[in-house]
Amino acid sequence: MLPLDGSGTASDLMQSAVDLTRSGLPPKMRRRPQRRAAPWLVTAAVLVSLLALVPLAFIIWIAVQTGWETVYALVFRPRVGELLVNTTLLELLAVPIAIVLSVALAWLTERSDLPGARLWAWLCVAPLAIPAFVHSYAWITMVPGLHGLWAGVLVSVIAYFPFLYLPISAALRRLDPALEDAAAALGLGPWRVFWRVVLPQLRLAICGGSLLVGLHLLAEYGLYVFIRFDTFTTAIVDQFQSTFNGPAANMLAGVLVTCCFVLLGLEVLVRGEERYARVGSGAARYQQRTRLGRATVPSLALLVVTTLLALGVPFVTIGRWLVAGGADVWRLDEIGLALGQTLFLALAGALLATVAAMPMAWISIRAPGPLQRLLEGCNYIVGSLPGVVIALALVTITVRIALPLYQTLFTILVAYALMFLPRALVSLRASIAQAPVELERAASSLGRRPLNALWSTTIRLSAPGAAAGMALVALGIMNELTATQMLAPNGTRTLAMAFWSYSGEIDYASAAPYAFIMVAMSLPLTWLLYIQSKRMAGR
Amino acid sequence: MSFLEISGLHKHYGPVAALAGVDLNVASGSRTAIVGPSGCGKTTLLRLIAGFEAPDQGRIVLDGEVLANGGAAVPAHRRGIGVVAQDGALFPHLTIADNIGFGLGRGEDKRTERIVELAYIVGLDKAILKRRPHELSGGQQQRVALARAMAMKPRLMLLDEPFSALDTGLRASMRKAVAELLEAAGITTILVTHDQAEALSFAAQVAVMRDGIFSQVGTPRDLYLKPKDRMIAEFLGDAIILPASISGGFASSPLGRIAVDTNDSRDIARIMLRPEQIGLKRTSREGMSGTPDMLFGEVTESEFAGSTCTVAVRLLNNADPPDAAAIGNTPLILRKSGMDAPAVGEIVRLTVSGKAHVFT
Repeated sequence: MLPLDGSGTASDLMQSAVDLTRSGLPPKMRRRPQRRAAPWLVTAAVLVSLLALVPLAFIIWIAVQTGWETVYALVFRPRVGELLVNTTLLELLAVPIAIVLSVALAWLTERSDLPGARLWAWLCVAPLAIPAFVHSYAWITMVPGLHGLWAGVLVSVIAYFPFLYLPISAALRRLDPALEDAAAALGLGPWRVFWRVVLPQLRLAICGGSLLVGLHLLAEYGLYVFIRFDTFTTAIVDQFQSTFNGPAANMLAGVLVTCCFVLLGLEVLVRGEERYARVGSGAARYQQRTRLGRATVPSLALLVVTTLLALGVPFVTIGRWLVAGGADVWRLDEIGLALGQTLFLALAGALLATVAAMPMAWISIRAPGPLQRLLEGCNYIVGSLPGVVIALALVTITVRIALPLYQTLFTILVAYALMFLPRALVSLRASIAQAPVELERAASSLGRRPLNALWSTTIRLSAPGAAAGMALVALGIMNELTATQMLAPNGTRTLAMAFWSYSGEIDYASAAPYAFIMVAMSLPLTWLLYIQSKRMAGR
Repeated sequence: MSFLEISGLHKHYGPVAALAGVDLNVASGSRTAIVGPSGCGKTTLLRLIAGFEAPDQGRIVLDGEVLANGGAAVPAHRRGIGVVAQDGALFPHLTIADNIGFGLGRGEDKRTERIVELAYIVGLDKAILKRRPHELSGGQQQRVALARAMAMKPRLMLLDEPFSALDTGLRASMRKAVAELLEAAGITTILVTHDQAEALSFAAQVAVMRDGIFSQVGTPRDLYLKPKDRMIAEFLGDAIILPASISGGFASSPLGRIAVDTNDSRDIARIMLRPEQIGLKRTSREGMSGTPDMLFGEVTESEFAGSTCTVAVRLLNNADPPDAAAIGNTPLILRKSGMDAPAVGEIVRLTVSGKAHVFT
């Protein structure tokens, strides 16, 4: 049975969206008057951040312990080169294609008079509700011969383009139309206006979205196993299954982490420190939509084809297998058990992640400073690591140092908390920012103790945001599998695990109900994300 | 023949008529201001001239070339019309130099020299060229926007409330500088603003706009002293409007016999005076007696505001009152120099200079 990484969920998008706002805001809006945080809060935040750094420290520690000779032998070999070529080609092909597709779709749905633009906008986000490995499953059962690099590029683009579409369409909505008018008055035709004025201002959104897609391509496992395309993640899992936690798997993980850092660094370099916000004051004029005219039909065709590929194929396949399997595939006891276990793990993990994120979120809003920025940076970096790396680290650590903890509920929940901490942090931070600090002070002045004051004001008010964050973390856990497979206690069988094991046995009909449940549970959250992105753009 | 001719321009947004038949002629090299309250359609008119939108009906002809005729319109980028928007609309992703040179070809001869020259013309320091728009003050941003538009050597320059975001002091000096600059370059200019003082001081021709049509078009002096109706009069400044009967170039009004700007005869008419036409001279209650033709008043309120002082004067005698009861108790509100304004309770003698305007 193969484990898989199902991290392709909607919720990571929050991170990108916020990444966007963070860089978009002028500095003085981000910095608030400094205030000292309670020592116990700082301690808690530091502890959580240190814990978050464990997987990274582990990679370095293993490398040091293994010794240079062995590291050299394990890293500089043809197999690693082959994987590196595969991974690089995948990134170089899939990311640009996804960018072009997303910019075209976002422009059509936001800035043209395309019939049914609102519906199309939602249909461009909906593919997020389908886990990447379910996309792959749908394609491989429809076109059994599909394999290799181009198949990987096709399914990757289809599964992940909404990560680019959402920030780009939000940025397009926020653009100041006066700039386009100004460029037209200076003698630029529509195409040159788009190229020289609109596109440069989408740079932040494109950078953020590309980073997200790039990291997912590095971390994804199930998608590439179905179409028999080797990447670092698939190789690490193969290695883990044959030699458990041998140095070979760990060194591959080291290379994978390096790739992640290269992507993070590239993004910082390309993004730069520039400010693309509106210059000047005054309300932005309502944007005009461009008349498509004769281009309407080809534009509609692009949207129809994209929707058919990204939504039609998975839904038709799942539906077909459900019909073919009939009532027999709905083994209710088995499905019920898997659903129960999945929900329990998802909720417990989400709760832990939210509680762990709380001190950090509070400090970052109420008492920002250099320490807080450092700690927060740690959390984001760890959140960008593939699940397989975190799982591998925790396996090795528990086996070598604390064997009784190996494959326990505790360890798997810690893994979830580490992987999804940024999601919880982002939602919490946004909601705490909405609770005015004056209320907390008022409660203190009315005689409440600090913790009590915090509880009765900020925590109460930020509860809806915390709940949204928890839901996003839960969604991530629901579709996660690499770490679950490697760390969960014996006998655990989540929805994703059951899906993977049936499809691994080519019993596609039995796998279909699990895929259906996962998609059905993700759809409402994807809708929530879509609504939020609209609201963030002010419309 | 005028340089820009606009006739019968209509534009609707859904059921709302933003422009309901606008006609305007602008002479070559002149400055025209369009002034009106917000929502009167003045920005829409500017956008139609610039080519950002097409009119529903009507024609726009620039220098003999038809730019818009009904729904058919030449797109903005082929019009050669410069636009300076309210907040400058500088491209945030480009340096100031690239902003100014945006419309120039990349490989154009002497591009850098031209940028430096433009920056010099609008009074920007050379050192600023390497900066980004958000590092500049509001006034500097407007100068960059102006330089950027001038780089294209436009036939017509449209200014869309370009000074409204600036501080009061800077606004006046920028306005003067821009007017001189465009005059020197010989560029025909249209300014859109909601600030009447700005419109009156900037342009040779002012058009007052309300509800999508021009209420009156004329020279600043004509508009200020001979407005068509009460709304225009009050929009362009403080006005004292009085009932009167007129005949033979004079009016009999609560303020006595006043020269008017018409020879018509009417028993019931309304005349308008600008407050600055009324002079106050200090006197006392004793000084009132024995001068039946003179008009006296008592200062009932006085509000000091630095350079000016607003005083309210209640008339004590009416020379020839057709509507004495109605006007008698309404004090006149006059803005006087803060230096020697009369205090509350003082008796003043009122004199009227110039002619009163008669509303038709």
